[in-house]
Amino acid sequence: MGLKETVLSKSIYVFHASSGSCNNCDIELLDCLVPRYDLERFGIVLVGSIKHADAMLCTGSTNRLCVPRIKKVYEMMPKPGFVVAWGACGSSRGMFKDSYNTGVPLDEVIPVDVYIPGCPPKPEAIIGGLLKLIEKIKAKKG
Amino acid sequence: MIKTLEYIFLFVIFPGFLFSGAMGLLIGWLDRKITARIQWRVGPPWYQNFFDILKLSLYKETLLPEGVSSVFFLGMPLIGLAAATLVSTMIFVINGAPKFSFIGDIIAVVYLMLIPSISLMLGAFASKNSLASLGGAREMKLMLSYELPFILCLVVTIMKSGFNIRLGEMMLYQNEHGWAIASISGIISFIVMILCAQAKLGFIPFDMPEAETEIMGGTYIEYSGKALAAFKLTKAIMYFALPMFIVTIYFGGLKDTVEGFISTVLAYLLVVVLMVLIKNTNPRVRIDHAVRFFWGPMTSLAVLSIVLAYLGY
Repeated sequence: MGLKETVLSKSIYVFHASSGSCNNCDIELLDCLVPRYDLERFGIVLVGSIKHADAMLCTGSTNRLCVPRIKKVYEMMPKPGFVVAWGACGSSRGMFKDSYNTGVPLDEVIPVDVYIPGCPPKPEAIIGGLLKLIEKIKAKKG
Repeated sequence: MIKTLEYIFLFVIFPGFLFSGAMGLLIGWLDRKITARIQWRVGPPWYQNFFDILKLSLYKETLLPEGVSSVFFLGMPLIGLAAATLVSTMIFVINGAPKFSFIGDIIAVVYLMLIPSISLMLGAFASKNSLASLGGAREMKLMLSYELPFILCLVVTIMKSGFNIRLGEMMLYQNEHGWAIASISGIISFIVMILCAQAKLGFIPFDMPEAETEIMGGTYIEYSGKALAAFKLTKAIMYFALPMFIVTIYFGGLKDTVEGFISTVLAYLLVVVLMVLIKNTNPRVRIDHAVRFFWGPMTSLAVLSIVLAYLGY
């Protein structure tokens, strides 16, 4: 593990992209930043602009209107950037699988690195998922 | 030739870029750690800010938005960084060796401390984003509002140091005749000065230019990679230099005895911790509130302290 992997895995700025979620996952994300869970000790900070981000947390079922927008947001993220699919809807469209409005799941729109299942995922599950992301960055060569 | 090398060494290595940058990032970590402890969290490890800067400057892409002027967009962070480094170098060289002080260097320091804010504002205007220009406009209004009480406070300290406008002689005078903070007018103007410093560094009661939750990073919104790292370093260096400037003009600066050095460090930490506490116990105010606050109560207090200083209190 070189300097690059160490630095990239110890300082992850996350951007929160919602593509039509019910806000439950979004509230759980805020729970992760409160004193009880404190994601900042891993260097994880929530940022306001996608241009500052290293990881994009996608919640929601990726409805038709959101597909081009989520693609555009992914393209605006400076590389190397990672995508985390969050919650049942983000991972697999959940209960909206047969809906007229959600044609494709998120991982067919943009490349997804880590899935965090749950409806909504508990903060412990979210921290577990983000640690998986850190492991993945560390294992990545080059 | 030797002189040039010495200046380059001063600017790039010792009190300049490397030293001020490293210390600024450490002070930034102290800020994050104190904030975390106030909120009953653990907080990041000490190397966190160094990793952030390394990541942004070495491994992330620097994106250029479509249709912006690359000279302005990428040049402004560099100008801000150079000005912040220069002002930090000046303050520390004068603290270490007061004979390097020249007439009116306090005015030069005031000018140089404005340049990072101006470069941030112009960079925001150059980035062709409506939220960024909103942030830039707020930065401009904030700058116009805090400069007046800031300069009035400087006048108080100049009056308290026997009407010297050389930083070095101000320090020597204050160490001989008592610090500027040890008087009623000094304390009043110190309070005003701390609030102006808060606005100068863009900390929370006055962080409307970059308001993360409202206009998504405002002035920084289009910046990424190396340019963002340059802005973060500028902010870190200013965070190191501005409290030191306040210590210089209110507490007599750096002394060459051991007790004197310890008292300087304690005064410096007092200023930093006061700023972090103000940051953590206040909500963000609106820009019109900030302008009214600085032009109303703060300017009145600063004028009052000038009158008190003139009367000898």
